[in-house]
Amino acid sequence: MTIRPHALLDTAAEILLHPGGLNLEALDTGLGHVLTPGVDYADLYLQRSWHESWVLEDGEVKEAGYNIDGGVGVRAMAGEKTGFAYSNQITADALAETGRTASGIVRSGSRLGVAPRAICHAPARYATVDPLTGLSADEKVALLKRADRVARAADPSVSQVSASLTGVHEVVLVRASDGTLAADIRPLVRFNVSVIAVKNGRRERGSAGGGGRYAMDRLRDDDVAERFAKEAVRQALVNLEAVDAPAGQLPVVLGPGWPGILLHEAVGHGLEGDFNRKGSSAFAGRMGQRVAAKGVTVVDDATLGDRRGSLAVDDEGTPGQYTPLIEDGILTGYMQDKLNARLMGMTTTGNARRESFAHLPMPRMTNTYMLAGQDDPADIIGSVKRGLYAVSFGGGQVDITSGKFVFSASEAYLIEDGRITAPVKGATLIGNGPEAMGRVSMIGHDLELDTGIGVCGKEGQGVPVGVGQPTLKIDEITVGGTQS
Amino acid sequence: MTQAFDAVAQQRQLESRAEQALALARRLGADAAEIGASVDQGIGVSVREGEVETVELSRDQGIAVTVYVGARKGSASSTDASEASIHAVVEKALGIARHTGEDPAAGLADAELMARELPDLDVHHPWALGTDEAIDVALACESAGRRVAGIRQSEGASLSSGEGVRVYANSHGFLGSQRGSRHSLSCLLIAEDASGMQRDYDYTSARDPRDLVAAETVGRRAAERTLQRLGAQRPATGRLPVMFDATVASGLVGHLMSAIAGGSLYRQASFLCDRLGEPLFPEWLTLFERPMERGAMASSPFDNDGVQTRDNVFIERGRLASYMLSAYSARRLGMQTTGNAGGARNLRIAAPLLSRDELLGRMERGVLVTELMGQGVNGVTGDYSRGAAGFWVENGEIQYPVEEFTIAGNLEAMFKGLVGVGDDLDTRGSIHTGSWLIDEMTVAGG
Repeated sequence: MTIRPHALLDTAAEILLHPGGLNLEALDTGLGHVLTPGVDYADLYLQRSWHESWVLEDGEVKEAGYNIDGGVGVRAMAGEKTGFAYSNQITADALAETGRTASGIVRSGSRLGVAPRAICHAPARYATVDPLTGLSADEKVALLKRADRVARAADPSVSQVSASLTGVHEVVLVRASDGTLAADIRPLVRFNVSVIAVKNGRRERGSAGGGGRYAMDRLRDDDVAERFAKEAVRQALVNLEAVDAPAGQLPVVLGPGWPGILLHEAVGHGLEGDFNRKGSSAFAGRMGQRVAAKGVTVVDDATLGDRRGSLAVDDEGTPGQYTPLIEDGILTGYMQDKLNARLMGMTTTGNARRESFAHLPMPRMTNTYMLAGQDDPADIIGSVKRGLYAVSFGGGQVDITSGKFVFSASEAYLIEDGRITAPVKGATLIGNGPEAMGRVSMIGHDLELDTGIGVCGKEGQGVPVGVGQPTLKIDEITVGGTQS
Repeated sequence: MTQAFDAVAQQRQLESRAEQALALARRLGADAAEIGASVDQGIGVSVREGEVETVELSRDQGIAVTVYVGARKGSASSTDASEASIHAVVEKALGIARHTGEDPAAGLADAELMARELPDLDVHHPWALGTDEAIDVALACESAGRRVAGIRQSEGASLSSGEGVRVYANSHGFLGSQRGSRHSLSCLLIAEDASGMQRDYDYTSARDPRDLVAAETVGRRAAERTLQRLGAQRPATGRLPVMFDATVASGLVGHLMSAIAGGSLYRQASFLCDRLGEPLFPEWLTLFERPMERGAMASSPFDNDGVQTRDNVFIERGRLASYMLSAYSARRLGMQTTGNAGGARNLRIAAPLLSRDELLGRMERGVLVTELMGQGVNGVTGDYSRGAAGFWVENGEIQYPVEEFTIAGNLEAMFKGLVGVGDDLDTRGSIHTGSWLIDEMTVAGG
């Protein structure tokens, strides 16, 4: 599937440029304002987004909201320096003013011209549609009400159900002094169900959700309302029976899919170009060295079809790519944007991402996952005498300098004599990235990607991401329960 | 490279836009409406290893409209506050209200609760700061940190300074607006020894630039904090007293406040449902808010419903004295709003405060936590399990740094087991508290 870049550009220009009386030539003029003496790279990022959310509580959709956002971000670079300004108007005046402001970081040097337009030909990774129009307002309400009915019918202990449906329609256009001209239309939808179950004086929550880069009607066709409602209830019921989690160092088996958040925290952030250029990552300077056990292969993959973290082009107009990070335990790649790639003498990997036009891009993950191994998941669990089997997680966090990472289990079980036994209460797992990766001793053949719920935060900017992994065993990691 | 910002003119313009939007909403069929609007402008600079890294000029605006048609509600917002955009936003909100379900609790707060006292709370202190001057401050901060022996490299120093205006108006005829400013300076450094690399930071933040801690002090403190972490070990697993340093103790107050927030209570998503009047803490502890405190971080005479803010006492002599409610959550619970739409403002603690040494002495043997990681707090059950770093304490004295461990317990038991609060107040945020010593938690380490 190859998209027609010209058609995409025309659509983007119509939405982003024409209302302010601009055309593609006006962007070249705009870049001219930024390229003052000494500026060695400049780019314009134009964006418009429409965000919609519908929330059900107590069986009724009582809240719904709509947000329109948009503007232009202008960036100037001189060596390691970056100047940045933005405006929520996309007009010739705004381009001139933000351009002059951003270029103020440098005052002398040679003056560069704008390279001729080189239109980006990137393969499509998702349909370039407005996802919000995939369902009518009444159908959106009906979908949420169905989740409510299914959850309440699933078990009498369910006392509260909330469900939400959100969608974003985003149009971006990038023009850079190196010639880059790229447009993208990025749909993103998500459906979530959260329940509270009460039984014998105990109260627990369960939640489930997912989505991706497609129109909202697919959520209806996939019957996510029923699937996520049942899953949320199941999780709440499991947690109602949970006993205190163990504390101390234990073998841990991680289930497939969303537990890949481990890779995101333990490995992913540490392999972003900026931290490695600055030498502040625990992985800095270790290219070509063993940083994980044999058999561990981790990739960042923006090219997966319709996935939450996928990108046809990144926020610098570079096509999204498949980037091996660790191959058979050896560090082989970093994730790069143009700035860090240039300063490290490498090439960009299409990982430049930004929350919006009002934020600076940085190297970020897209969909990050570990490739499948050979082991049968049942054998992996069977190999553990006493340990933890964790299948769902809340958030995670990493200190990329010390390598310490945490992630919090929201559904986990004890493993005793090779068998899954009692569910345990949520517990935080803590470890050191390179150490934990070195202790991966078994890798399942059951690679799964998550259902499409991840939001990654870095320097205050949130972007949608995907994670995934097969079932895997880490021989020893610290489990933060209360039973010492 | 500075941008002109006339806060007074911006305020007048936002007020008139808000009134315009209200009138339009009524004209197009809304029975009631409320508008929130804001505009903010700022500068942010970062330096690293003695060189300028980024210079960012920001200017953000937004307008949010909520309309009520009968008992139905619709909301829409935009970052474009132009007339055409306001029209589109109001129409969109009304369109949504045609599809939402009836909610008997929906609507504005009662008219008689609207704030009448709207004093100037002294929270607007713009800093006439040029880019070069901003860079100089950040460089001075970083260089003071880098000069400290043992610091290997810098992750940089950042200065940000901003001011803005926010307006809230509703169809009761209430219109409140406030100008405000915020300035901060931070420094993040890296040290290394045979045991590996460590990083830590320090920051200062204030409404008035004159209240910021000196740049050199921030840099030096960041260096000291970073060096103290070198050679960290893992503590043994066991049941131990845990002291939350003042810089992280405010998080415990935050967990309490989310558990007594109306939204958590009417959703039954709190471990403190139906506990009003019950003892939660030792009887020597009182927790209250001072929303009208002059110059403080979260001061405002009106809340996000336009309701007059007031000096609520949430914990009185250890007992849960009040929930934290907005007009909507109060209606859902059959109670009265506490003027807390948008949260608590300037939380303060009244307790017999102990010096840090006294607290460490009472702990005798345990861990002092200075950093928390992850989100392992379950507000429904109160179960608490988070990653931590800090110091090992033996004989009431700090021995060595510790890291890569978790601390776990249940918030209810932790609150009951509060042994003492320190006099080492961290006053940089809207919650002011000293360190908290908790009698016992499970520490999981090596």
